[in-house]
Amino acid sequence: MKYKSQKVAYWFFALSMLLLVLQIVYGFIMGFARVGMDGLHEIIPFNTARAVHTNLLVVWLLSGFMGAAYYIIPEESKRELVSVKLAYVQLISLALVGVTAIIGYHFNWWEGRKFLEIPRQLDYLVVINVLLFLGLILLTLYKAKRRTTTSIVLAMGLLFAALLYLPGMLPFDSQVMDSFFRWWVVHLWVEGVWELIMGGILSFLLIKLTGVDREVIEKWLYVIVGLTFLSGVLGTGHHYYYIGVNDIWIIVGGIFSALEPLAFLGMALFAINMYRKGEKKHPNKLALFWTLGCAIVSFVGAGLLGFAHTLPQTNLYTHGTLVTAMHGHLAFWGAYAMIVLAMISYAMPNLTGRKIYESNRGRAAFWLSNIGMLGMTVAFGVAGVAQVYLERKFKMDFMMVQNEISIHFVTLLICATLFTVGIIFYILDFIKYGRPNDEALETAEHL
Amino acid sequence: MLSKKQARTFFLGGTMLTFLIFIALTIYSFSGEQDQANTLQLNEPIVRGKQLWEKNNCMGCHTILGEGAYYAPELTKVIDRRGKGYIKAVLMSPVSWAPNGRKMVAYGFTDAEAEDLIAFFDWIDDIDLNGFDRVVSPLAKDK
Ligand code: HEC
Ligand code: HEM
Ligand code: HEM
Ligand SMILES: [Fe+2]
Repeated sequence: MKYKSQKVAYWFFALSMLLLVLQIVYGFIMGFARVGMDGLHEIIPFNTARAVHTNLLVVWLLSGFMGAAYYIIPEESKRELVSVKLAYVQLISLALVGVTAIIGYHFNWWEGRKFLEIPRQLDYLVVINVLLFLGLILLTLYKAKRRTTTSIVLAMGLLFAALLYLPGMLPFDSQVMDSFFRWWVVHLWVEGVWELIMGGILSFLLIKLTGVDREVIEKWLYVIVGLTFLSGVLGTGHHYYYIGVNDIWIIVGGIFSALEPLAFLGMALFAINMYRKGEKKHPNKLALFWTLGCAIVSFVGAGLLGFAHTLPQTNLYTHGTLVTAMHGHLAFWGAYAMIVLAMISYAMPNLTGRKIYESNRGRAAFWLSNIGMLGMTVAFGVAGVAQVYLERKFKMDFMMVQNEISIHFVTLLICATLFTVGIIFYILDFIKYGRPNDEALETAEHL
Repeated sequence: MLSKKQARTFFLGGTMLTFLIFIALTIYSFSGEQDQANTLQLNEPIVRGKQLWEKNNCMGCHTILGEGAYYAPELTKVIDRRGKGYIKAVLMSPVSWAPNGRKMVAYGFTDAEAEDLIAFFDWIDDIDLNGFDRVVSPLAKDK
C-alpha cells in the first residue's frame, strides 16, 4: 500500500465477507425448503429468505466495490483520500442501513419488488450514503494531479450505478410500468454500469499483475466498455418481450441482447492476452487466479448462459423459470463475486504486510468454490430445463412439476456445501492476514 | 491499429446513440395507442390489490408476468386456472395453504382484501403479453 487512507478498504472487505457468509446461510434455508425441509417457515418464510439472500448479495458486492474504490482511487490518483473519517462514517452507515433492511424483511417491512425490496424510507438513507461515498471518491479524483482512464471508468461506473438507483424509486399504479422501470435498475446495473466497475477493477489488477503497459490495457478497456453499452442499453429489451409492452422490443431486445456476450468475451480475451503478454510476473499467484478466473467464468455465466435464454423464441418458454436462477447464480458469481474476491486477494498482502501469495488453502478456496458453484449451476439448469418441458410444453401442473424436479435440489445442496467449504477457506485466509497497519506502507515493492 | 482516442470515441459515441434510441423507444412504448395493458381501466380496487401484492412481497415466492421467485405457482393466469372462489379460499385461509405440501404464508386476508387482490389478478389476466399468455403456467382452458 502506498497511501495510509487505503487502509479503510480493509473494513469494507471485512463487511463484505461477513455479509457473504450470511447470504449463504439464507441460500441454504431456501435450498432446504425446496426439498421439503421448511421447519423455519413460521419465522423465515421463503420470501423473507429470498429477499435477504439477494439483498445481502447486492450489499456485499457493493461493499466490495466501495472497498476496491477506496483502495484503487488513491493509488491511481497518487494522493490520500480527502477524508478518512468520513469514509468510516460511510462504512458504518452502510452497515447500519443494510442490517436494518435485512431485519425489516423478517417483519414484513419491504416493498415486494424483486431485488429492490428495500423500503422507501431506507431508500433515502441509501441515497445519502452513496452520495457521501461518491463525494469522497470524486473529490479525491478532482483534486488529484493524475486522472487515469482506469480510475475514471471505475468512478463513472460507481456514479452511474448511483443514478440508476433512482428509477427504482418511482411509484406506479401499473404492474407493467413497475416492472419496466425495475429493469432500468436491475438490468442496466448488471449488464451496464457494473461492467464498468468490473472493467475498471480488472484493468487495475491487470496493470499490477502483468506489468503490461497501461496505455495498451486502457485502450482495450474503452473498447470493452464501449461494447457493453452498445449492446447492453438496448439489450434491456430482452426483459420487455413478455411483460405487456410493445413487441418492438422483441426485435430490438433480441438483436442487441444477443450481442451482449461480446463484451464478456472481450473481457476474457483481454485478461488472457494481457497475462500472456506480460513480462513482469507478480508473485501474488492467488490474485492472478481470481482475476483470470473472473474474466473466464463471467463469460460462461453471463455470456454463454445469458445467451442460452435471451433469444425471444427461447425466452418465451424459459421466462421466469429455474433456468433464470441457473444463469443468475453463475453470472453474479463469475462477474461480480469473483472480481471482488480477486481485488481482496490482491489488496490484503499490501494492506497488512503479510505476503501470503501462495497457499494450499488459498488454492483450495479457489477450486472448491468454483467447482461447487459450477455444480450448483448444473443442478439449477437441469431442474430448469425439466421444468420448462414439463410445465410449459406438456402443460403439467406447477406443483406436480416441482415435485418431479425436487431431487435436483439435493444435488444443489451437495454442491452448495462444496462451494461453502471453499468460501470458508477463503475467509480463514482473510482472517489470517490480520489487520491493516502502517508498517505495510511502501514495503510492497511489487506494486 | 486502433488508438486510445478512437477507442474512447467508440465508447462515448456508441453509448450516446443507443441511449437516445432507448429513450425514444421507451416513450413510444408508453404512448396511448401502444398500450397493451388497459392502463386506463386501472381503478381503486386494482391499485389496492397491487399494494397488498407488494406490501406482502408475494413475488418472493410467486412469479407474475414471468417475474419473481420460482417457488410457488405462476399467477398471471391464475383466475382462468382456478376461478375466483378457489383463490379466495387460498387468500383467506387462516392456516398455511399447502395442498401439495409446500407452504404459503397464512395471511388470513379479509373478504375485502381478497376481492382487491382478485381485481388485481383480473387486470393482469387481460394484458396482451405478446404470446406468453398462451405458454405461461398451465391454463385451465387448454386442459
Ligand atoms: C412462502 C411463500 C409464499 C408466499 C409469500 C405467498 N405464496 Fe401464494 N402460494 C405459495 C405456494 C407454495 C402455493 C401452492 C400451494 C400448493 O398448491 O400446494 C401458493 C398458492 C397460491 C395461490 C393459488 C395458486 C394455484 O394455482 O393454486 C394463490 C392465488 C396465491 N398463492 C396467492 C398469493 C398471494 C396474493 C400472496 C401475497 C399476498 C402469496 N400467494 C404469497 C407460496 C407462497
Ligand atoms: C454479469 C452479468 C449478468 C448478471 C449478474 C445477470 C444476472 C441475471 C439475473 C439475476 C436475472 C434475473 C433477474 C430478475 O428476474 O429480476 C437475469 C435475467 C436474465 N438475464 Fe442476465 N445477467 C447477466 C448478464 C446477462 C447477459 C450478457 C445476457 C444475455 C446475453 C443475459 C440474459 C438474461 C435474460 C434473457 C434474463 C431474463 C430471464 C427471464 O426471462 O426470466 N444476462 N440475469
Ligand atoms: C451456497 C449456497 C447457495 C444456495 C443453496 C442458493 C440457493 C438459492 C435459491 C434456492 C434461490 C431461489 C430460487 C427460487 O426462486 O426458487 C436463490 C436465488 C438467488 N441466488 Fe442463490 N444460493 C446460494 C449462493 C448464492 C451465491 C454465492 C450467489 C451469488 C454469487 C447467489 C445468487 C443468487 C441470485 C442472484 C438469486 C436470484 C435468482 C433469480 O431471481 O433468478 N446465490 N439462491
Ligand atoms: Fe438483462
